[in-house]
Amino acid sequence: MRVKRTLAGFSALVTASVLTLGACGGDSIQNADEPAGTKDCGDLNMAVNPWVGYEADAYVVGYLAQTKLGCTVNYKNLDEQVSWKGFGTGSVDVVIENWGHPELAKKYMTDQGGDGSAVDAGLTGNDGVIGWYVPPWMADKYPDITNWENLNKYADMFKTSESGDLGTLYDGDPGFVTNDEALVKNLDLNFKVVYAGSENALIEAFRTAEENKKPMIGYFYEPQWFLAEVPLVKVDLPKYTDGCDADPDKVACDYPPYPLNKIVSSDFADSGSPAYDLVKAFSWTNDDQNLVAKYIAEDGMDPEDAAKKWVDANPDKVAPWLEAAGVSS
Amino acid sequence: MTTAATSSRARIRDEGRVVAVVRAHPRLWALLAVVVGWVIVWSFTEGTHTLHIGTSTSTGVHDWLQDLSENLQDAFASPSDIVVRIISGLSDGLDSIFTWLQHLFTVAPFPRPFPQFGWLGIVALAALATFAIAGWRLVLLVVPAFLLFGFLGFWTESVDTLLITLFSVVFSCLVGIPLGIWMAHSKVVSAIVTPVLDVMQTMPSFVYLLPFSILFGIGPAAAIMVTLVYATPPVIRISAHGLRTVNPGVVEATSSLGQTAWQRLVKVELPLAKRTIIVGVNQTIMAALAMATIAAYIDGPGLGQPVIDGLQRNQFGTAAVAGICIVVLAITLDRTTTAASVRAEQARRAGNHGRRLRRIVLVAGSAGTLVALYLSHMYVWANEFPSSPDLGTPIRNAVDDFGDWLLTDLSGFTTSIQDGFTNWFLNPVQSLVAESPWFVTGLALLLIAMIVGGLRALVATFVCLAGIYLLDLWYNAMVTLTSVLVATVLVVAIAVVLGVAMGRNLTTDRVLRPFLDAGQTIPPFVPLIPVLILFGPNRFTAIIAGVIYAAPIATKLVADGIRGVSSETIEASRSTGANRWQEITKVQLPMARGSVLLATNQGLLYVLSMVVIGAMVGAGGLGFDIIWGFRQADFVGKGLAAGITIVLLGIMLDRITTYGAARAGESATLKAGRRPQRGPSTMLG
Repeated sequence: MRVKRTLAGFSALVTASVLTLGACGGDSIQNADEPAGTKDCGDLNMAVNPWVGYEADAYVVGYLAQTKLGCTVNYKNLDEQVSWKGFGTGSVDVVIENWGHPELAKKYMTDQGGDGSAVDAGLTGNDGVIGWYVPPWMADKYPDITNWENLNKYADMFKTSESGDLGTLYDGDPGFVTNDEALVKNLDLNFKVVYAGSENALIEAFRTAEENKKPMIGYFYEPQWFLAEVPLVKVDLPKYTDGCDADPDKVACDYPPYPLNKIVSSDFADSGSPAYDLVKAFSWTNDDQNLVAKYIAEDGMDPEDAAKKWVDANPDKVAPWLEAAGVSS
Repeated sequence: MTTAATSSRARIRDEGRVVAVVRAHPRLWALLAVVVGWVIVWSFTEGTHTLHIGTSTSTGVHDWLQDLSENLQDAFASPSDIVVRIISGLSDGLDSIFTWLQHLFTVAPFPRPFPQFGWLGIVALAALATFAIAGWRLVLLVVPAFLLFGFLGFWTESVDTLLITLFSVVFSCLVGIPLGIWMAHSKVVSAIVTPVLDVMQTMPSFVYLLPFSILFGIGPAAAIMVTLVYATPPVIRISAHGLRTVNPGVVEATSSLGQTAWQRLVKVELPLAKRTIIVGVNQTIMAALAMATIAAYIDGPGLGQPVIDGLQRNQFGTAAVAGICIVVLAITLDRTTTAASVRAEQARRAGNHGRRLRRIVLVAGSAGTLVALYLSHMYVWANEFPSSPDLGTPIRNAVDDFGDWLLTDLSGFTTSIQDGFTNWFLNPVQSLVAESPWFVTGLALLLIAMIVGGLRALVATFVCLAGIYLLDLWYNAMVTLTSVLVATVLVVAIAVVLGVAMGRNLTTDRVLRPFLDAGQTIPPFVPLIPVLILFGPNRFTAIIAGVIYAAPIATKLVADGIRGVSSETIEASRSTGANRWQEITKVQLPMARGSVLLATNQGLLYVLSMVVIGAMVGAGGLGFDIIWGFRQADFVGKGLAAGITIVLLGIMLDRITTYGAARAGESATLKAGRRPQRGPSTMLG
């Protein structure tokens, strides 16, 4: 009996409170309207490779696809290798910034002898540069250090506990192609390659080196938002000529320029989705990308907010992309 | 769960110990002789026959492994194969169940702009579930913890992590508990399954991350499968252990009543082992949480994403706040399951007492939860977590400022510490181990294994070293071995100092324990950032990372062992006039030797599991080969070889320490719990 009475009292209380809360409880949830769009866009599976410059590209394109074309954009945080694998299974549609990767092209692109699940969707307009960099204070103090022939003169400065009698040349992200071990050998440099192991470790090391005026030299690349914080200076290696890096063991020249391109799955390219036209038309400059990357990395903005901010400020740059996708902005 | 056994055994063996200590001395001399001989040979042969190969060099074995993995992938790419169809069916099923769960709690199912149920409903549901399984006290922990996730700004991610953890754990238990039961009843099954579990727990997850994302597609299914591999072994091992240690007297007594094997299992063994099995579930939950960050590398949902994002964007604060959420979640789950296991015990003893009140609260609570779920379905305020108070931003800013402060004010000082340690300790040891000719190092390791662990350890070491030699990564394996050994020495030193302090003083224990819990459960990337700022990318930083991760479990084990020394023994030693130092070194530590050895064993394996993460901050060695294989399509084979090499190193170190401990007369302790088992409940007495 007592249990029943308690329960009855309780349920009365609950009902009363629900009614009260409901009455003054604020907005109730309503279904959203279908977003505007000219053609049916469907899903856009955007791989997000692990560096901030890539995020800038991905979210600007993704933001436009979502807001102007009405696509459902799924961002997938993935490594390059995994992303390319995803083309075949349909879980990835777009890799929006590709750095060369001949070994992946060989596996997945028909013209390279691959299975044909990936196709080139044109250049992003960004030019990738890979090379050896020193912090700016070093370039100021030792102006001739930016020529590789003088590196041995300064090798002693770069000694660390990791490299013994040799100078340390830091390498970072294992995902990027590096010829550094061969370069050190073939250019007779008194350096040892030490793998910092990740982009984060490398950036932290460069930041410490500039802040505390410590000598450091390492592998780095542009476009990269960190260069806006610490403008690293590139060391000139022997000039790149076509084919000088053909034999990986005998490389003795600088890295080739990397015109960055977009890769999409062949199914996506054939789907007739307006998002494909958007991706294909997308192209911007290193400065554009660095600006969005800075919003994300330095100002701590959410990538989608950063993309929105840039898109709102650059209607003239966005207009032709949207036109290609059949939408007038 | 092994402490009771250890301490009682320790008491029985009290007298034998004196003899054992005397007997141990010849072995110490023999070890010293081996090391001296090794150093002498090294001084003549340093740098020859080291089997060193360059980073971008692959050998025949690596190419063979590369072909093997590519052929397997191709085989799995053809959709006609029956195995492939089963696997893709499984992964589609997993994906759709998980997506359904997400639509209920975290992701808005279009066109609805919010998930079906919001924060109010989830908090109420969590409170009710906690009350039902663990009692009202734990509700006072769970509700604030859930609210904290929201105030820190990671509500959705935290719930996603919770979902994926619980989902994986349910699967692990469905597979693990029956397998554990089978293992407990069959020596053959046990002998087959144990090495498989060894491999599952020591193989670095980066090695199978890529194949899994191919097999199971990119998404929740692959993340769940990766988590399962790492998280299932503890529940299997501990369930088996729990059933094996059910008092045989009780079992026999009931058998004589004519019970069938099934009745005996269900009515006697399982109820008696229930508490230990829940400890196993607890360890599995902790292991599943530990995979949250790793699974984020293949787009696993949850708190791992902001941790990795924070790293990529160099936003230390963001990674730290997400890390705090993981720690809070881990501690909450740990305490809840621990309380549930204690409760299971009490419920078995208590009978009907107090059940009625509990039932009333449960019914009322269910009604309240339904109301909360309804409100969170209907109204925005109960669905979307309120944006204030915002605790996340101030913490984030404070952590970022702290990082800047470290960068400018301390790094000169810390660099000299790092240089000193590396030049005077790490480099000489590494030179001895890695720069000696391979056969010299190999012989020395065999002799050490023989002296420490006897013939069985010798055989295990020989097999493992032979495998490492054949995989063509000898030099890097020795570099990694050096770092692991050096880190373990530091871990044991810390564990003994802190563990003795904790074991002798309950207040110290209470103060330190939350920090140990945090050190064990925070994603390793987070504490790594300040260490990286202070010390730069190098082996020292990687060693510190390993120490931070491994010291907590080792410390807890030592503390537990010290506390297990009987008070009579200590009284007796005091009456002979021993001072505090003598009491610790002559009585407590020798008597807790089993725990110290177990701590060493666990320390080694925990440090080893940080090898890959260490390589992300400059450790090089095998860890780097594994990341290299994960990131570069042409080096998958080499990465695979490095993964197997790490497994071999792990098995070798485990066998040497396990058999060594067995020879010291503490076999029972080590066998029961020799794998990494995360979380404080390993210590349940």
